[in-house]
Amino acid sequence: MKRSNALALLSMALLVSACGEKGADTQARGPDPKLPEQQRGLLPSMKIAEPAEWGSQKPTVPEGFSITPIATDLKIPRQTLVLPNGDILVAEGRGGSAAKLKPKDVIAGYIKAKGNTKVKGGNRLTLLRDADGDGKYEMQTVFAENLNAPYGLAFANNKLYVANQDELVSFDYQPGQTKAAGAPVSITKLPSEINHHWTKSLAVSPDGRFLYVGIGSNSNITERGMEAELDRAMVWQIDSATGAHKPYATGIRNPTALAIHPETGQLWSVVNERDELGPDLVPDYLTSVREGGFYGWPYSYWGQNVDPRVQPGDPKKVAAAIKPDYSLGSHVAALGVNFSLPIMGDKFANGAFVGEHGSWNRDQPVGYKVIFVPFKDGRPAGEPIDFVTGFRDGDGKTRGRPVGVTVDPRGALIVADDLSNTVWRVTRNR
Amino acid sequence: MSSAATLSPAYRSPPGRLHSILLAGCVPLFLGALLSDIAYYQSYQIQWGNFASWLLAGGELFCGLALLCALVNLVRAQRKAGHPLTYFVLLLATFVLGLIDSFQHAKDAWAVMPAGLVLSAIVFVLIVIAAWVGLSPRAGGAQ
Repeated sequence: MKRSNALALLSMALLVSACGEKGADTQARGPDPKLPEQQRGLLPSMKIAEPAEWGSQKPTVPEGFSITPIATDLKIPRQTLVLPNGDILVAEGRGGSAAKLKPKDVIAGYIKAKGNTKVKGGNRLTLLRDADGDGKYEMQTVFAENLNAPYGLAFANNKLYVANQDELVSFDYQPGQTKAAGAPVSITKLPSEINHHWTKSLAVSPDGRFLYVGIGSNSNITERGMEAELDRAMVWQIDSATGAHKPYATGIRNPTALAIHPETGQLWSVVNERDELGPDLVPDYLTSVREGGFYGWPYSYWGQNVDPRVQPGDPKKVAAAIKPDYSLGSHVAALGVNFSLPIMGDKFANGAFVGEHGSWNRDQPVGYKVIFVPFKDGRPAGEPIDFVTGFRDGDGKTRGRPVGVTVDPRGALIVADDLSNTVWRVTRNR
Repeated sequence: MSSAATLSPAYRSPPGRLHSILLAGCVPLFLGALLSDIAYYQSYQIQWGNFASWLLAGGELFCGLALLCALVNLVRAQRKAGHPLTYFVLLLATFVLGLIDSFQHAKDAWAVMPAGLVLSAIVFVLIVIAAWVGLSPRAGGAQ
């Protein structure tokens, strides 16, 4: 893994405080992370994934589990959904149309793009089917196309709900269907101006009445102006029948995936926090999403830690900020979350799987794996456990980047990988 | 022909046109960056910060090319001490501080401040002095 060449030219002379970067072991994870001081050298730390082919290699899974690719050559798979009949839907696409406002955006955009796939987003849903239950998904067909960067997926009320980057839509769905019967029906427009963080995550309440859409902020830390943050960094609650919406939780910087806890019915989210405050700030987190809750962005992080980059500040908002439930570590870029089921085996029966896309703003890369956060009584309890690793090797070669994770009730974890454009399936050996 | 010109034949020729344009062009660019920084500092309006970033980038481009011209002149100068060297060092200092200022401006939102404003002010003062020296018909800088 090499430093970005474009910025390396003067970094030796100019890097003021990037020394003291620490390894992944310094990452504070869990319910009460110890947060270091803010720091930022003259140049931000950047370490970008070097894409490589899988070849004959595969990701690593715990003993007693196997992993197989069930779909390849997709067009940027992001989130997946397991339908009642076992079919898997995959949302494929790449969104965002954020203008480059500063010379920095041009340079950083170029560097970051090196760590992503060169494939053009599919703007479609692909359906995978394993009719005979042998673990091979012999059918790979396009369920719907010409969507606008679809991301969040949910099933309820005999409908498929799809969160495009600009609109929440639904398709009528009959069991066994392999192709959408008609054009999608709009439920409501979603905030899409600029779309710096374009992904629209989606979950549905257990009774099917409400849809929850996660809407990311329009900047790292308000550098596009507060005006751009109207209706951003929040979770919307949307009435599935009427499309009426209200902000359900706010100040939640980039809620990239939502899930309902199967026992408590509580809404949970993984959230990506702000960059450029140092290698161990600010922790991305897993949290229950409280109705009416304010989670700090942009004024503060992890409760009342004020971010001085936001001026003018707002002490009242800072005082009201909720501390999230569980730190996943800074810069891991959690993009997927789903709750487990007892069929996944004793060790992984109760808890949440989290897909971590991996860092860019850190000298020692972190993330690039799927972890399991054990739960007890509906709350996180204990240290996270690595579940799928091996996406990035010690030399910096990166073969995959996990995004969405979905538990298949038949006893499997489905992992979308948007670097190698593969969907992986992790199963217990019998 | 004046006696001064006769006494200083090495500096007689007028400043090179391209070199002059590049050098003089730095002044309004760095001035614009400074004014934009002042506006951002007073208003918190992020667009002023964006303007400052681009004006600095433009200033650095012009300044860097002028610096190349100045280096060539310095190498070719018959007498390297004195004005050609002073001019080159001033311009080099402007360029290096301007680059640091550019990186400072690459930080997000208010992280630019207050260092960005201070740097922009220093860079502007430096470029005025450098241009004053460089464009002097007797300096032999901008040839």
